[in-house]
Amino acid sequence: MSDIDEGLRGELQRQGIWVTSMQELYNWGRKNSIWPLQFGLACCAIEMIATAASRYDIARFGGEVFRPSPRQADLMIVAGTVTKKMAPQIVRLYNQMPDPKYVISMGACAISGGPFKQGYNVLKGIDRYIPVDVYIPGCPPRPEALLHAFMELQRKIDEQKLSGSNKAEHLRPDQPSEFPVPAFGAHDLEPAANADLFRPPEIQR
Amino acid sequence: METLAEIKARTETVAPGARLEIVSNGSPSQQASLRIDNEHAVEIARFLRDDPELRLDFCSNVTGVDWLDRTIKKTVKVKQVVDGVEKEVDQISEEVIPGYLEAVYHLYSIARKHGPVIIRMRTADRTAETQLPSLTSIWRSAEFQEREIFDLYGIHFDGHPDLRRILMWDEFEDYPMRKDYREPDDYEYEPTPHDDVLEKAKRHYAPRPQLDGAEKITAQP
Amino acid sequence: MSLGFQELEAAERPPTIMTSRLEGELLEVSMGPQHPSTHGVFRMNVALDGEIVRKLKPVFGYLHRNHEKIGENTSYLGSMPYTDRLDYFCSMTNNWAYALSVEKLAGIEVPERAEYLRVILAELTRLQNHASLLGFLLSDMGAWGTPLMYAFREREKILDLFESLSGSRMMCDYMRFGGCRVDASPEWLARAKEVVNRFPKFLDEFENLIVENEILIARTQNVGKLSPGLAISAGITGPMLRACGVNYDIRKVDGYGYYPRFKFRIPLGEHGDTYDRLMMRALEMRESIAILNQAFEQIPAGPVMNPKVKIRAFKPPVGEAYGRIEAPKGELGFYLISDGSSNPYRYRVRPPSFINLTILEDLCLGHTVADVMVILGSVDIVMGEVDR
Repeated sequence: MSDIDEGLRGELQRQGIWVTSMQELYNWGRKNSIWPLQFGLACCAIEMIATAASRYDIARFGGEVFRPSPRQADLMIVAGTVTKKMAPQIVRLYNQMPDPKYVISMGACAISGGPFKQGYNVLKGIDRYIPVDVYIPGCPPRPEALLHAFMELQRKIDEQKLSGSNKAEHLRPDQPSEFPVPAFGAHDLEPAANADLFRPPEIQR
Repeated sequence: METLAEIKARTETVAPGARLEIVSNGSPSQQASLRIDNEHAVEIARFLRDDPELRLDFCSNVTGVDWLDRTIKKTVKVKQVVDGVEKEVDQISEEVIPGYLEAVYHLYSIARKHGPVIIRMRTADRTAETQLPSLTSIWRSAEFQEREIFDLYGIHFDGHPDLRRILMWDEFEDYPMRKDYREPDDYEYEPTPHDDVLEKAKRHYAPRPQLDGAEKITAQP
Repeated sequence: MSLGFQELEAAERPPTIMTSRLEGELLEVSMGPQHPSTHGVFRMNVALDGEIVRKLKPVFGYLHRNHEKIGENTSYLGSMPYTDRLDYFCSMTNNWAYALSVEKLAGIEVPERAEYLRVILAELTRLQNHASLLGFLLSDMGAWGTPLMYAFREREKILDLFESLSGSRMMCDYMRFGGCRVDASPEWLARAKEVVNRFPKFLDEFENLIVENEILIARTQNVGKLSPGLAISAGITGPMLRACGVNYDIRKVDGYGYYPRFKFRIPLGEHGDTYDRLMMRALEMRESIAILNQAFEQIPAGPVMNPKVKIRAFKPPVGEAYGRIEAPKGELGFYLISDGSSNPYRYRVRPPSFINLTILEDLCLGHTVADVMVILGSVDIVMGEVDR
């Protein structure tokens, strides 16, 4: 993860000298204090609350500070069915979050519409409008699954580079941090998906 | 509680000229209902609520139902002379019943702890004349439910205090709970498409020259 | 310690705080759909005069996921898992209401043991729903964290029972028309008994925390008063109706299931304010425990499923039926019209949370904006059921 030689580092550590890089220190701090947006949509939100409550205790991973304001949040947990009426507000909330920001798509509904996919007012996946970092299947996913997703996200943050050609997206000025908010149309949302972000999958056989 | 026929007879004395009809129910639930006419609806509803015997003060459930045009085929045996011999021939007649929208109210009494008495109202047709009188002035609980019926079925309730869309957004134009509603085509990939999804998938993906049978995957019964 | 309503009457209530009207423009605030205390994606458009609410219009539909339309395109059995997701705290009672309606529609008998299991599961659901509601309500009032943690600790124990019986914590999908899906083992019943026996201890602890708390009394008594007349006219049901002193509990009135076999009381409020609504839940939990204890003693052996029912290729006769039960939040009803095919022609849910919101504006007018959250919390809504 860092450019320090591992053997040299181990040798120094044996001598009582702890060496780290700026990137490691920065990512270590970030990944252990992810503040999620306090924002629940449906059934999955109850499991999200259960994850934050006494038995599962997301505080062990540094994620217990649920912020009601998107301005103070790092992580949006899209917990539940995204309806077409709600989708513009979710994109707006995402746009209001400061960079670096991450999205966990929790549960079948947020991934693809899930059991409610045939519904006329159900968005078939939040990734039509905003980028998603971690998907958790389940209806609803158990709290353990949310914790697993949280740890996956921590791993992802830990691997982000601060410099170089493959540095993290939020550090690259050409990468958008806001996405267009869909409008309410006469029959559907307009557009039905963000064409830059979402393409229907190709069938590979 | 009185039987529905008794309620009907008493209602007719209170609202003279009202056209009432008992709608039978073939199900084991035996919940028959009373169809009331739109002109006397508010008057009848007030009677049902205030009558000391009935006291139907609690309107529990208000529902819309969409009935499409129906054709009823009737087979009648008719004697006909065919080739000089009298024979019984089946004659099929078709009767078209035009569609209508219906609002159903389930009434209970909290004061007397009985119910349900079910009343229903029908619109003249499904497209042009979709007006029904609002019963929100009699039972406040109808307020949001009638708005919901307006939103999803397009029944216009005359006299409703605030008739706006409630579940869908204001710009929405369709009535999605109607039986002939077609939802917008927001096709999404599904690994094993079947039925309607398969039909949609065919429109979105060009047919492949050699088929491997994957399109024929159907849902297990 | 338990406090009955006779003692509550005697307790002195502070007079309503009247604030003189400020001369100024009304400030319009849109609360929600993303708001920490709206219990999901509920939105209210509020017009404020200073801090006083002068107008309040609820906005629905942010979780309208077309339950009824999907129900009309699915078989009778296929709708059962969807009912779990209506009021996602109380999947068991949702299952029961739907099963009851289909049983009415097709005239299906339910075996005795299944009826007892349904009562047990419905009352367990009521316990966990009311416990979580109290936790949420207190966190709406600013007791952030602790009461909710206590409530969820107890809720988890009941969810464990649900999970070991049905396979899922929240979405149980347990009941079928004509009975229940699987039988409960004697071990399960023993475990359930243990959980129920421990529950009063939690209630004592919780009531100790809240009943005489000065802040709680100041925030809830005389806030959001509802008159019995308006409550009946507006179709309010459940604990909210009984908090106004109206004695109407469908468990007693309809006597569905085997409720007439159990001895239990219906707690009634008198003032119809937020405090009464809150206490109503605490007292109802005590009665649920009484029902559960009787049910554990009386439950007979036998099948849990009526063998005559073909639930898979199920086609009820042409007709319609409306069935209702006393769900934790109020009257939950299903109205089904069958045209003789395998799908219902009309599938309608009568959601208690949605109809209980009819009078939200009446309750909030004249109170401060901070009280709106408390009043909304005491109505006990779940958006999955409000918007369906």
